[in-house]
Amino acid sequence: MSQYSFPDAAGHFGQFGGIFVAETLIPALDELRSEYERARRDPAFMAEYEYELKHYVGRPSPLYHARRWSETLGGAQIWLKREDLNHTGAHKVNNTIGQALLARRMGKKRVIAETGAGQHGVASATVAARYGLECVVYMGAEDVARQAPNVFRMKLLGATVVPVQSGSKTLKDAMNEAMRDWVTNVDSTYYIIGTCAGPHPYPMLVRDFQAVIGEECKQQCADQIGRQPDAVVACVGGGSNAIGIFYPYIDVPGVRLIGVEAGGLGVETGRHAAPLTSGAPIGVLHGERVNLMQDENGQIIDTHSISAGLDYPGVGPEHCHLNEIQRAEYVAATDDEALVAFHDLCRYEGIIPALESSHALAHARKIAPAMSPDQVIVVNLSGRGDKDIPTIARLDGIEL
Amino acid sequence: MSRIQKTFSRLQAAGRQALIPFITAGDPAPSATVGLMHALVAGGADIIELGVPFTDPSADGPVIQRAAERALAHGTSLRRIIAMVAEFRERDADTPVVLMGYANPVEAMGYEAFGAAAAKAGIDGLLTVDLPPEEAAARAAILKRHGVAPIFLLAPTTPPERAQAVARLAEGYVYYVSLKGVTGAANLDVASVAAKLAELRAHIALPIGVGFGIRDAESARAVAAVADAVVIGSRVVQEVEQGEAGLADRLTAFLGGIRSAIDAPRP
Repeated sequence: MSQYSFPDAAGHFGQFGGIFVAETLIPALDELRSEYERARRDPAFMAEYEYELKHYVGRPSPLYHARRWSETLGGAQIWLKREDLNHTGAHKVNNTIGQALLARRMGKKRVIAETGAGQHGVASATVAARYGLECVVYMGAEDVARQAPNVFRMKLLGATVVPVQSGSKTLKDAMNEAMRDWVTNVDSTYYIIGTCAGPHPYPMLVRDFQAVIGEECKQQCADQIGRQPDAVVACVGGGSNAIGIFYPYIDVPGVRLIGVEAGGLGVETGRHAAPLTSGAPIGVLHGERVNLMQDENGQIIDTHSISAGLDYPGVGPEHCHLNEIQRAEYVAATDDEALVAFHDLCRYEGIIPALESSHALAHARKIAPAMSPDQVIVVNLSGRGDKDIPTIARLDGIEL
Repeated sequence: MSRIQKTFSRLQAAGRQALIPFITAGDPAPSATVGLMHALVAGGADIIELGVPFTDPSADGPVIQRAAERALAHGTSLRRIIAMVAEFRERDADTPVVLMGYANPVEAMGYEAFGAAAAKAGIDGLLTVDLPPEEAAARAAILKRHGVAPIFLLAPTTPPERAQAVARLAEGYVYYVSLKGVTGAANLDVASVAAKLAELRAHIALPIGVGFGIRDAESARAVAAVADAVVIGSRVVQEVEQGEAGLADRLTAFLGGIRSAIDAPRP
């Protein structure tokens, strides 16, 4: 009974999305769109993608009952979709494999990527090594400093990491620089966008490659719990892990979909990265029309989050649409709330979560106590926290 | 007939090509911009492209990125830029002014409000680099209703059938991006520009300006041999970047050199 069918042919999710890029890139996006349409109807392409997910990534990722944490919170049962157990330690690789296979199919020998926390950069560098592609990763200089382990990981994998010194030196500036590279090297280069954002067809193809998370989750819930969850909770920066787990549930009634944005120092302080929760006006950036943190003159506002991966002023167009049609709800968790949830998961479940995913955990922690013990929350544990250990140590005043 | 149309018919009648310099409004300071616009006209500018600074100029190279940062640090906004053009018009009723930038500042103001204010101030055209024809129909219609020409880019990667789609929406002139890259890049290839313009001209009747990568008298003259207009941006902004001392005179002199090279008789 699938009624939901977005985007439309022009890449619009309702009034969101679209193709807002310079003319030079339009033919490349047209080529990508038609190649993707052919690839996803090609059984050999899909079989290779699924083979790689199974044997290289280690899918399916487990659905794990966080029993001890649930008991401690004293309400709903919290289950974790363990994307942190994927090869490279996050959900990002689901998408980079799909896009690297597309790049290879299109005869591109060079891939570029932008990265915030470094997870997408690592996942891109990984598949580039796997398929023998040259890889250049753009990363804001501030993020290079706060995500040092991932920077070294990318270099080990043979990628060139370019620190971006312009603007706020974070994810949005890395994306600007990646677009400048792409427009210069458009003939040879495939741009692997890491989140469900950017010009059409990226939001659609990233969603499609990430939807494996939600598809597995539906099956696992049926097998392990005997029912579908009351709520599915995921963190949202651009929103790729969230759209991956939400998408297969959009037409399933009775399942609340909750996206958790980065509340930073508190949405009321203005120092956050929560465009949907704060009701940011609609604007155009990085090829798409979305809710966007901007001033009254249409200039983009600097965002703040403890989590580099959520530190972005926009959000993918499909989330804007799901928010507008009220199929999904969007809330924020502050830096402090995310840190409490981070430590909870370490101490009660023996799992070190990524700071990004800790925002989703923080919201589960908030709503679980008011729910009954026979209710179920699934949290998409989108990544593991090894990369964040230096940040956490610094916050705790510990020298490593 | 619009100011842009008048300018091109006058030049075509004289067998000349338009010189279109670009500066970023508000760089080095908002109070300087109107004076610099007059200095450009004194140096031989036929049309002025006035950059609207944006925090995320993803199609620009480092020179124009820095110009945008300087302008934004002074609080330059689209509304202030419209007021600058109104002030420019007090002393110059003829030189067309085209605003060039990114979509979001115009989106934030709203196309209706922008179109009305721009027309009142004497702004002749708008070029937003991240608004391709795919998203432009309704927006371009509003601009045209206010008498503001929607100006579009064409690129080395543009197939001929897309040029037709641009031709249906565009007014004033079209801007051919001479190379794959960002503003201020240095890999201009005039022969390939000439070949591509010949192909595009079969589909588009408007004058074609060429920009990106034009740095000096020699490259300007070479491009003028194949185009209707020569757009020169990063190199002009570099002059601005040298400091405010004598800036207006330096801009006039620099542009005058380009002007002479374009206009010099060809053997």
